[in-house]
Amino acid sequence: MKLRITAFAAMAAIGLAAAPAKAETFKWAFQGDVQTMDPHGLFETMTLGFQRNIYEGLVIRNEKMEMVGALAESYKNIEPTVWRFNLRKGVKFHDGSDFEADDVAFSVKRLSSEGSDMKVVANLIKATKIIDNHTIDIITAAPNPILPLQLEIFYIMDKQWAEKHKAVEATNVKGGDEGNYANLNANGTGPFKLKSRQSGVKTELEINSNYWGKVKGNIKKAVFTPIAQDATRVAALISGNVDMAYPVPVQDWKRLDDAKGVMPLAGPEARTIFLGFDQLRDELLYSNIKGKNPFKDLRVRQAFIKAIGVEAIKKKVMRGASVPAGLLVAPQINGYSAALNDRPSYDPKAAKKLLADAGYPNGFEVTMDCPNDRYVNDERICQAAASMLAKIGVKVTLLAQTKSKYFGKVLAQNNYDTSFFLLGWTPSTFDSHNPISALMACRGGADKLGAFNLGGYCNPRINELAALIQSETNQTKRQSMIDEAFKIHKDEVGHIPLHQQPLSWGVSEKVKLVQRPDNVLDLRYINKN
Amino acid sequence: MSIISKTQILKANYQRFIDSDIWYSFKKSPITVVSAAVTFLFFFVTIFAPFIAPHDPFDLASIDLMDASLPPAWFLDGETRFLLGTDDQGRDILSTIIYGSRISLFVGFVSVIFSLILGVGLGLISGYVGGRLDAFIMRVADVQLSFPAILIALLIDGLARSLLPRELHDEVALYVLVFAIGISGWVQYARTVRGQTLVEKGKEYVQAARVIGIRQWTILLRHILPNVTGPVLVIATIHLAIAIITEATLSFLGVGVPPTTPSLGTLIRVGNDFLFSGEWWITIFPGIALVLLVLAVNLLGDWLRDALNPKLR
Amino acid sequence: MFTFILKRLLQSVVVMLTVALIAFSLFRYVGDPINNMVGQDTSLEERAELRERLGLNDPFFLQFYRFAADASVGEFGFSYQHRRPVKELIAERLPATLELALVSAILALAIGIPMGVYTALRRNGFLSRTFMTISLIGVSLPTFLIGILLILLFGVILRWLPTFGRGDIIEIGWWSTGFLTASGLKSLIMPSITLALFQMTLIMRLVRAEMLEVLRADFVKFARARGLPTRSVHFRHALKNTLVPVITITGLQLGSIIAFAIITESVFQWPGMGLLFIQAIGEVDIPVMAAYLVLIAFFFVVINMVVDILYFVVDPRLRIDKALANGQ
Repeated sequence: MKLRITAFAAMAAIGLAAAPAKAETFKWAFQGDVQTMDPHGLFETMTLGFQRNIYEGLVIRNEKMEMVGALAESYKNIEPTVWRFNLRKGVKFHDGSDFEADDVAFSVKRLSSEGSDMKVVANLIKATKIIDNHTIDIITAAPNPILPLQLEIFYIMDKQWAEKHKAVEATNVKGGDEGNYANLNANGTGPFKLKSRQSGVKTELEINSNYWGKVKGNIKKAVFTPIAQDATRVAALISGNVDMAYPVPVQDWKRLDDAKGVMPLAGPEARTIFLGFDQLRDELLYSNIKGKNPFKDLRVRQAFIKAIGVEAIKKKVMRGASVPAGLLVAPQINGYSAALNDRPSYDPKAAKKLLADAGYPNGFEVTMDCPNDRYVNDERICQAAASMLAKIGVKVTLLAQTKSKYFGKVLAQNNYDTSFFLLGWTPSTFDSHNPISALMACRGGADKLGAFNLGGYCNPRINELAALIQSETNQTKRQSMIDEAFKIHKDEVGHIPLHQQPLSWGVSEKVKLVQRPDNVLDLRYINKN
Repeated sequence: MSIISKTQILKANYQRFIDSDIWYSFKKSPITVVSAAVTFLFFFVTIFAPFIAPHDPFDLASIDLMDASLPPAWFLDGETRFLLGTDDQGRDILSTIIYGSRISLFVGFVSVIFSLILGVGLGLISGYVGGRLDAFIMRVADVQLSFPAILIALLIDGLARSLLPRELHDEVALYVLVFAIGISGWVQYARTVRGQTLVEKGKEYVQAARVIGIRQWTILLRHILPNVTGPVLVIATIHLAIAIITEATLSFLGVGVPPTTPSLGTLIRVGNDFLFSGEWWITIFPGIALVLLVLAVNLLGDWLRDALNPKLR
Repeated sequence: MFTFILKRLLQSVVVMLTVALIAFSLFRYVGDPINNMVGQDTSLEERAELRERLGLNDPFFLQFYRFAADASVGEFGFSYQHRRPVKELIAERLPATLELALVSAILALAIGIPMGVYTALRRNGFLSRTFMTISLIGVSLPTFLIGILLILLFGVILRWLPTFGRGDIIEIGWWSTGFLTASGLKSLIMPSITLALFQMTLIMRLVRAEMLEVLRADFVKFARARGLPTRSVHFRHALKNTLVPVITITGLQLGSIIAFAIITESVFQWPGMGLLFIQAIGEVDIPVMAAYLVLIAFFFVVINMVVDILYFVVDPRLRIDKALANGQ
């Protein structure tokens, strides 16, 4: 890899005296970097969200989050297991080559190469069949009514380009020459082209003047910088060094309101934050109760949910910016039910009585695992929960760690080493089937469900329902199955839903943009004056 | 009879102290007197924290989230219950500072004593025995000296955590921290003591002691050690301040005491997140406390260095 | 002389191997890298397979041997996070850190030495005492707080200076510099002050202590007795003799400036090696962490060796010991 010799011309607007940057240059900051430019390298919302400015899939969500055709003009379920996509004609990649059906077939193949982190998507597809240059069939193993929905984050790469630069396999984290070119370089069909990239420091995009569609925004150039420290990021926004920064700590909203030229932009995020407890082991790993597991007793779980005041957390920790939740899915998620979203009221007295009934009149001790750099105010929520539980006699020892240590401890590879934890989840498909199968189904079975059911909550009916929901095409039937699963999980207090955390963006008043509920910034819709 | 003589000795000692140059130079310097008073105050308050602090911030059951983020009492929204306001969890800032100073001082003090014993011990041996052992110890010292304390403490902390069983982590977090900071500071003592030992070793009285057959250990501890205490004391005062700051910085890097029992440094780190939101009291008051403490101890150290240096009198 | 250097070189290799070993044994406990490398929907089997592919299941010493063998030929592997060769990343970040460290060192010297001289000459003056006290306040506050407060004052409230990053940089071959543009220079101000503060205090106190010693030395007394003007005695004789240990210590401190830059760089989002390292810790990017630590060890070993050799040539007395004891 040779280093490019470039004179970066960004960030010219420094200080008040300096000449203002050209209006159409948009600068923004996020807490972490886009991890790769390879569209099949990492299945992560931020990375895929960034790449969608450069690469495009067959379908795309527009500014109203409606699914519309992108590289496919139309699509149809011609047989239960076959989806036919009619591809858009006259679309060119950034390097000028034509977009055709074999690029789609190639990209599908690339999805399942060794380095790919998109194998979940690859597994949805059994085969592809090229009908002609602009028509392709995607064949699934079983009927899949939501395939197009699930393919939104499947981006198409140019076959010739990939072959020319030896990038036919997805960027492999292990290294080697294969696939590396696509890690730092990009060639999509999207409205923006990658101009330069210095990983971890700065990434520059510029408008693709040959774009097939109409771009609603007026941005000609965009500069992205990761800024890890919250205070530094907020300072960069207020001082005008960037036009947009996210996430902004919720406690800083007032500051942004008061400061000239910037404002907070909040919205409900589709991510639900919840607590969970080990209900599988016969004795908790981290507790003073020996010989039995208090969390196996429904009354203890009910006591916990009553002892935690989500409204107080909303008011004081989240500064009014969270939406208390009764389900593990947010309203934006397909399958959400408002009727089921109620929550037992905050009632420490009743909680204490439930604990006493269960045989713990003086409470017990338990260690809580908590990340401290993953979700909005995660550590503070855990602290607040700990002090609320202290009031019913449960002594919580808080183990708050960085996300790497936290996930390294509580996930499957470490045998779900936790007794009580906080976790957050956004269904990547925006469909309820995802949390039902990943978070709520019994784990360890042959169906391989429940991989993120860290507490080992188990009701076999949910596994049955998960399988049914997967292939049910009748929307009404499907919804009633989802409702049933949610109801069971809720009655048994499988987890304690806390809230949907807010999207917390800070934007310059010069900028108008669209805030998506999955925290993705789409450059297509940004207007700056 | 013996009691009287003891009192007399005490009196005589007291008189000697009052007449001494040290006491004279102490009296003459108002800054030093103030520093000593501040340092003493800190020790007093932290030792008797449970009796002085208005609340117990480490008792989770007594904290109410609804009290969170209240400004100091003299502001409009402030409450007299919380003189300096509350933090994001509803803890009383004043009490948290008192309890936090306790942890910071504990970490600082114990780690200084740790490095002092280690450093003085190795320094004495290195200087007295000499040869290969000396070369080895000094090489290790060289290497360590060239690494900043922060990095060493970071490494030690990680290493200790990795070697200890997981269940113990929370209980020993504080001791691990003390150990990490302590071990990163021994070199200064060792080098100083070694140099001093080399000088003393060559003096006639030591040679005389050797000739009359006094045991090596006795010579080391009875004759050489007292001669090196002056500079060691100076290093220790300044090191105490450095240890407290190191603890604060480690907490910024995510290696520190648990957030439910914050030290001064952890408090400042947590408060950092609220600087922009206008809740300055969460970080500024602990910050002032830290500056006062470190400044007082440092100024005391400065004075001690000059007072103990015969050339500067 | 030759055997001395050879011996030192040998020792240096041992030192670096030790650092690498310690560092490496730590990495297994920093967290699990896998979760940061995959998305939430990646299945457990795929995660296990990735772990296997990366060799994370291999015995510790095999992993270490692989690392050491590669490192000895300058090969540091592949960053998990950036998915690029580590040496390429380090080469990219090195200029930022070195420029910051250099400016900080110059700042610390340019302010520290005159202040040290002044406080030594006017030991009991009011201004001297003020300097001594103020310099202490600077080191009584944790670096990260100083940085944030600077940003708040000069970046957010006054809006004079950029709050993060390096500003415009110009690339000359593989080196990127911020020295040649206005915004690059402006961006340097706050981070370099933050970083220099601690060293400044240290140097000032060191100079003061050395100066006080030297002023009482016989040759200075003779110079006075000879009737030389005070100014000449102070600066020609006293200061000159003070500077030797000061420069040495500063040389050694350059290493610590580079290491301390970790905190400054993360506060100011300065794209140097320290930031790379701190992010690597967060993401458990083992190859980057290992390379950084070994590189820092290398820096120190080299600086130490050069200093030692210089001493061997110039001044066999271990004056550095004394200077350090007085300085701290």
